[in-house]
Amino acid sequence: MMRVESGVRPRLEARIGTSRTMVYLTPVLAVILTMACGSILFAALGHHPPAVLSAFFIQPISSVYGLAELTVKATPLVLCAIGLSFGFRANVWNIGAEGQLTLGAIAGGGVALWAGDDAAAWVLPAMILAGLLGGAAWAAIPAFLKTRFNANEILTSLMLTYVAILLLSYLVHGPWKDPDGYSFPQSRMFADSALLPLLSTGTRLHLGAPITLFLALGAWWVMARMFIGFQIKVVGLTPAAAGLAGFSVKRLIWVTLLTGGALSGLAGLFEVAGPIGQLQPTISPGYGFTAIIVAFLGRLHPLGILVAGLFIALSYLGGETVQIQLGLPLAVSGVFQGMLLFFLLASDVLVRYRIRWDRAALPQEAG
Amino acid sequence: MEVLAAVLITVVGAATPLLFAAVGELVVEKSGVLNLGVEGMMVLGAVGAFAVTLTTGSATIGILAGAAAGAAMALVFALLTLTLLANQVASGLALTIFGIGASALIGRSFVGMPVDRLPQLDLPGLSGLAIVGPLLFGHDALVYLSILSIPATIWFLERSRAGLVLRSIGENHQAAHALGHPVIMVRYLALLFGGAMAGLGGAYLSLAYTPMWAENMTAGRGWIALALVVFATWRPGRLLLGAYLFGGITVAQLHVQGFGFAIPAQFLSMLPYLATIAALVAISADGTRARLNAPASLGRIFHPET
Repeated sequence: MMRVESGVRPRLEARIGTSRTMVYLTPVLAVILTMACGSILFAALGHHPPAVLSAFFIQPISSVYGLAELTVKATPLVLCAIGLSFGFRANVWNIGAEGQLTLGAIAGGGVALWAGDDAAAWVLPAMILAGLLGGAAWAAIPAFLKTRFNANEILTSLMLTYVAILLLSYLVHGPWKDPDGYSFPQSRMFADSALLPLLSTGTRLHLGAPITLFLALGAWWVMARMFIGFQIKVVGLTPAAAGLAGFSVKRLIWVTLLTGGALSGLAGLFEVAGPIGQLQPTISPGYGFTAIIVAFLGRLHPLGILVAGLFIALSYLGGETVQIQLGLPLAVSGVFQGMLLFFLLASDVLVRYRIRWDRAALPQEAG
Repeated sequence: MEVLAAVLITVVGAATPLLFAAVGELVVEKSGVLNLGVEGMMVLGAVGAFAVTLTTGSATIGILAGAAAGAAMALVFALLTLTLLANQVASGLALTIFGIGASALIGRSFVGMPVDRLPQLDLPGLSGLAIVGPLLFGHDALVYLSILSIPATIWFLERSRAGLVLRSIGENHQAAHALGHPVIMVRYLALLFGGAMAGLGGAYLSLAYTPMWAENMTAGRGWIALALVVFATWRPGRLLLGAYLFGGITVAQLHVQGFGFAIPAQFLSMLPYLATIAALVAISADGTRARLNAPASLGRIFHPET
């Protein structure tokens, strides 16, 4: 019996290399698809989509204050995402940035509380150092368990996030609680000398933003120009080749996890020494998890991550705006971010494959 | 004895959601797919079951809705990773982020509303027995379903032809494909099963364990279920042991808090997470054994032409 294929069927054909055009095009495609789906979602919830999209994406950044807030929110996202991207490139799946961020805040905040009202100039640099070390120390645990006991770093780094948040909760409910704080679970406010200097009056834009920009450029230089960056890329793309070249996979696990931990810890310190100004039970609305989306949206490239960080920061601001103006829950931000990552991963198929439309078993007409 | 029996009954409650989610993920991983989105499927199952039970007044329809919500999420994951060949780790994380956001959005109008706890299946004569009665015969239907899923899974994986095909696909998908087995279809079905089981775990949480809806109420149980699969070295029988062990740890910390020991509550709440890490380390340290038990194609992308 003859089998007759009806019509045309799409088929994925592997590209020889990755498509440079698609690498840059798919994030844009994902953003457009997310906005389209978001509009449908808002219409289903009974809102006028153009009004919501305007409130979500345009109104938050139509003032100088809004732009400053955008940068304030992008700072921790970019810091965490750059750290994570080092690991993701080397197939090291650290997803505990949220916990490393928390530990950075605890370590740096601890220095600020210990210094008290002492206005010495060394306090802030010491806090930054403590933040870096705190985050790195927390990431050192999954690194050690992975290299020594082969324990999956995805699960250990995630479990440590819950432990870190509980540790912070213990500290602000217990030993570090402000004695004059009317029994609210929060620490004393940091002294002025222990706060990051503001860059522009009337906004919350702080010194952390330019430091983050500088670190992003540094990360780009490390990835593009330094031997360690080359090793990270080789291990991620072809582990076998890395083995033959004599690159130590264990060393790369340590390097990528410690870097990621230190940068996330710095992000946590910037939050408590910047916009928050004290320790409290919640210091991040999930920046460490959202940074995973930022890292992928930015194509695991430091400069791409800068752009992606600003865009995702906008989704946080937009979520707050629609919550105030239209009474939509803040969870809308999470839905938007999740959809964005879905569409990005889905459209990424075009980077490595091309779609062929096969006209199998259909007679070809001679033109 | 009465106290001990009461404690043991709460262990069952804490273990059941873990068992559901872990059995589903075990079958998924046996087919060679790593779905890290268990937490997202579970939390959406929890809110779906709760919302539907409250609106329809029927817990049965609610439970089915929970399973359907989990399966729907798994379908998205399957589309991404099996049809569009996306990275499984990243897709699983996306599922979790989306699930937590979407469940909060759906559940916002249900926060603080009460729902009747799932009824116990009272067997005349049996559940009235002292100690043994409530312990063995005093649970709701989902508890028995979760336990029955273990022998059923063992039978399916080790005794049925379909289970053999599923395992062969998980060990070497290229070879299975060459033999003519439908790799993609089997993995789609395995993922749907895993999603439905995670959804049932969520439904148990919001209808029986704590009959209410709270944002992010799974609190990492989906991730602990993932760790349990590694802990059980991909064997369903050990999963039962693992889930009840972890249920025991969760309950033990609650009771220690109740007895008023001078240990801060936060440190006790860390116990299940620390125990998960300890269990992973203990199982993974023997590298050869871990490699022998893990399905060989786990997490690899299947494209028939490459």
